[in-house]
Amino acid sequence: MPQRPHPAASPPPSPQGGGEGAAPPVLRLSGVTKRFGPLLANDAISFELARGEVVALLGENGAGKTTLMNILFGHYVADEGAVEVFGKPLPPGDPRAALEAGIGMVHQHFTLAENMTVLENIALGTQGFLNWKLDRIGARERIEKLSWEFGLAVDPAARVASLSVGERQRVEILKALYRDARILILDEPTAVLTPAETDALFATLKLLVGQGLSIIFISHKLNEVMSVSDRVLVLRSGRLAGERVTAGTSRSELAALMVGQEVVSPPVPPPEPGQLQLVLNAVSTARRGAGVTLDRISLSLRGGEITGLAGVSGNGQAALAALISGVEAPASGEIIVRGNLAKNWSPRAALSAGIGRIPEDRHAVGTIGDMSVTENVIAERYRTSRFSRRGFLDWRAARKFAEEIIADYDVKCPSPEARIRLLSGGNMQKLILGRALDSAPSVILANQPTRGLDVGAVGYVHGKLLEARARGAAILLISEDLEEILALSDRIIVMSKGRLSAASPRGERTVAQLGALMAGHDMEAA
Amino acid sequence: MEALDILLTASFWVAAIRIASPLIFATMGELICERAGVLNLGIEGIMTAGAFAGWFTVYAGGDLWTGVLVAALAGAMFGLLHATLTVPLGLSQHVVGIGVTLLATSLTYFTYRLALPEVTSPPKIEPFQPLPIPGLSDIPVVGPALFNQTPLTYLAFLTVALTAWVLYRTPLGLAIRAAGENPSAVEAQGISVTAIRMGAVMAGSALMAVGGAFLTMSAFNSFFFEMINGRGWICIALVVFGSWRPGKALIGAILFAAFDAYQVRLQQLSGGVVPYQIFLMMPYALSILALILVARRATYPKALMVPYQKGER
Repeated sequence: MPQRPHPAASPPPSPQGGGEGAAPPVLRLSGVTKRFGPLLANDAISFELARGEVVALLGENGAGKTTLMNILFGHYVADEGAVEVFGKPLPPGDPRAALEAGIGMVHQHFTLAENMTVLENIALGTQGFLNWKLDRIGARERIEKLSWEFGLAVDPAARVASLSVGERQRVEILKALYRDARILILDEPTAVLTPAETDALFATLKLLVGQGLSIIFISHKLNEVMSVSDRVLVLRSGRLAGERVTAGTSRSELAALMVGQEVVSPPVPPPEPGQLQLVLNAVSTARRGAGVTLDRISLSLRGGEITGLAGVSGNGQAALAALISGVEAPASGEIIVRGNLAKNWSPRAALSAGIGRIPEDRHAVGTIGDMSVTENVIAERYRTSRFSRRGFLDWRAARKFAEEIIADYDVKCPSPEARIRLLSGGNMQKLILGRALDSAPSVILANQPTRGLDVGAVGYVHGKLLEARARGAAILLISEDLEEILALSDRIIVMSKGRLSAASPRGERTVAQLGALMAGHDMEAA
Repeated sequence: MEALDILLTASFWVAAIRIASPLIFATMGELICERAGVLNLGIEGIMTAGAFAGWFTVYAGGDLWTGVLVAALAGAMFGLLHATLTVPLGLSQHVVGIGVTLLATSLTYFTYRLALPEVTSPPKIEPFQPLPIPGLSDIPVVGPALFNQTPLTYLAFLTVALTAWVLYRTPLGLAIRAAGENPSAVEAQGISVTAIRMGAVMAGSALMAVGGAFLTMSAFNSFFFEMINGRGWICIALVVFGSWRPGKALIGAILFAAFDAYQVRLQQLSGGVVPYQIFLMMPYALSILALILVARRATYPKALMVPYQKGER
C-alpha cells in the first residue's frame, strides 16, 4: 500500500472571516507553572490563541518564553496547569501527542540531522517503522507542493549540512507543515536571519495565516513584534506582565512592559582622547582554514575613546579579535602596547598587557558551560597571587570575587557554585563583563557584546562600556549591528575582506557611505 | 614471485572470506550501535558469549540454527544491559562497554566450567558444512571463495545488504541515523530516542554474538578460552575504517582478513628466517596504516557517545 504521509489532524473548518472573538480558541493554556530547582521559569500562565491569529510572545531573555513553548510541545512537563488544543486536553511531556494535535515548533536551535537530506529530515517519524521502504516519491511530491505553496524554496535532495541558516529554517517550517500543523510556534525565528530572509519569512507567515493557521511568534525584537503580530503577550520573570492588541500599543509601551520600567538609552558625553594604548602596525596573519586573514592592517586605539569596527560578518573580524586577544600571533607587522613593542604575543601576554576581552561567542569561547560561576570568573586570572598561592587555588578569595561580581553587575544566578550554562545569555554576559572590567583594563576588546541580548541587557552593556570609556580605557567595539556602532563609537572603521578603512569621526560618514565601504567599494580611496 | 602467486590461489581467498565472516557480523553490529549514537565496547565480551552460547546449544543437543538463534539472544541480553546503563541512565559508554566485555567474558568462562567441570580437551560438535551454490561455485577462484562457503558466511553477506537497506531505505533507518547525529531531531518528530537507541544496541549486540558463534560453529568446531582474541576490537576499527558505511566496512573486513590469511602463507614461505611474530603483526600494522590514510577524513556520527536526556536544560 502506498504510504500517505501522516494523516491530517485538522480541526473542523470554521467559517472564514468570522469575528475572531466568536470562534472557539484553538489553544488554551491555563495556570501553567514550571520550576527548575529554585528558579520559577513560568508562573501560572494562562492565555488563548484563536484561529488565524498571530500572537507574539515578547520578553527578555530568561523571561520564560522558550520554557513555556517547550511545555506546549512536550519537551518539558509542567509542574502545574493544563493545555487544551482544539478543546481537547493535551497529554503532558509527549512531543508525539503535540504533533498529532497539530502543534508544530520551529526551535531556536534547529533540530535537524546534518548528515541527512532535507527530505529525510522532514519524513523522519512520519512513516511507520514497519515499512520495508521509505516512500521518497510521495514525500518529495508533498514537500515540493508545500514549498511552492508557501514560498519555502529548498531542494529536498540537498544535505542539511550544505544549507544556509535561512534554508535550514525553511526546512524546519516545512517539517511542521508536512505534518499538517495548525498551530505553528516559532522560537526567535529572526535571530539568525538576514534582513531579506526575515522579509521572506514574514511573507510566508502571512500565507500560513491566510490558510487558517495560528502562529505563536517568540521574540524580543520590538519592531518585528509590531509588524508581524495581531496581539502581544509580554512575559517578565516568568509571569504574564501584560497583554495588548498590537494595533493599540506602541514600541515604548511594550518595552516598558518587558523590563518593568521606561528604557532610556545612555547619553554619550563628548570624548576626551587620551594616550595611545594599543597600536597595530601593518599586521598580517597567517592563513588558517577557510577564514579571512588580516592583510597589513594598521589600527591605533586611544584611551577614552570607543572605536567602532563595522562590517559584514566574516570579513576578518574574527581574525582581528583573535589577534588582539592573543589567540593568534602576527605573521608580520608589529603590535605596540603603550609604546613598547610586544614580543611573543600570546593570550597570557595580551592579558598582562591589560587587554580585557569580551568574546564573540559566550557559550563556546567566553565560558566553560559545565564549570561553576566561580571557576569561570577566575578563569583568566587564577594564576595571580590573588587567587592562588604556591600552586594551590584560594577558593575563599575566588568565591568572594564571584560574589562581588554577582552583586556589582546584578547577575541573576542561584549561587556561585551553579554551573554557568544554567544562566541566561544576558546574565552570562554580565559575568563576562564583570570578569573583563574588574581589573580596570586599559584596552577593551568588545566583540559583538550585545548579540542575542534583550533590550534591558543591551542598555546595561552599553552603559558599562561608556563607564569604562569615561575611566580612560581604549575600547574596540566590533559589531555587525550598524545602529550600535553609530550610537556608541567616537570613530568608525570599516572592515572588508581582511582590510581596514581609514577611521572617520562620529557623524562624518553617512550610513550609505559606510554601507558602500562594508560592501568593499573604494577601500583604497577611503 | 611465489609471494604474489599466493594471491591467485583459490585456497587463499577461501580462507580470507572465512576469516572475514565473523568480522562482518560483528562490524555490522557495532556499526548499527554507533549509527544510533552508542559506542559498544562490550563487543569483545559479547562475541565470546555468543561463541559459547551457540556452540553449547549444539553440544547439548540443539540443531545448528537453534544455536545461532540462542547466540543472538544471548547477545541481545548483554546489549540490553549495555543499553540500559548507557541510554536511559546516560552512563559513560567507555566504562560500561569495558565492564560488559569483562562481565560477558568471565560469565562465559564460568558457565563453561560449571557446565563441563570434568573436561580437559573441549568437546567437538558437528559444525556447519560448506554449501556449494550450484553453477556459481564452479567459477575458478571466485567460485570456491564466495560460493562454496558455509551458510553462515552467506548470512554474513546478507546481513551487510540488510543493514545497508534498513539504514538507508527505511523509515526506521532514518530514525537510527538521526539518533546518532542529532537526537533532538528525533524527539522533535515525536520518536523516542531511548527506544531507538536501545533497540539498535540490542540488535547490534545480537549480530556481534552471531559473529562469535561463527567461530565455534563454522570456522572451528569447539569452544576455547581466548578464542575471540581481539577480533571485537578490530571490528571497532573497521567501523571507523568504513566511515560508518556498511559497504565500506565490508571491504575493510575482507581486506583485513586477506592480510591475515596472507601472513599465514608468508610465514610458511619465509622458512623460519624471519620471526613469525613479524607476520602475525602485519595485519594489525597495516590496519593502523589504513586507518591513518582513510579515516582521517571520516565524518563520524555527531552524537556518538553523547548521552541524550530528555527535557534537560
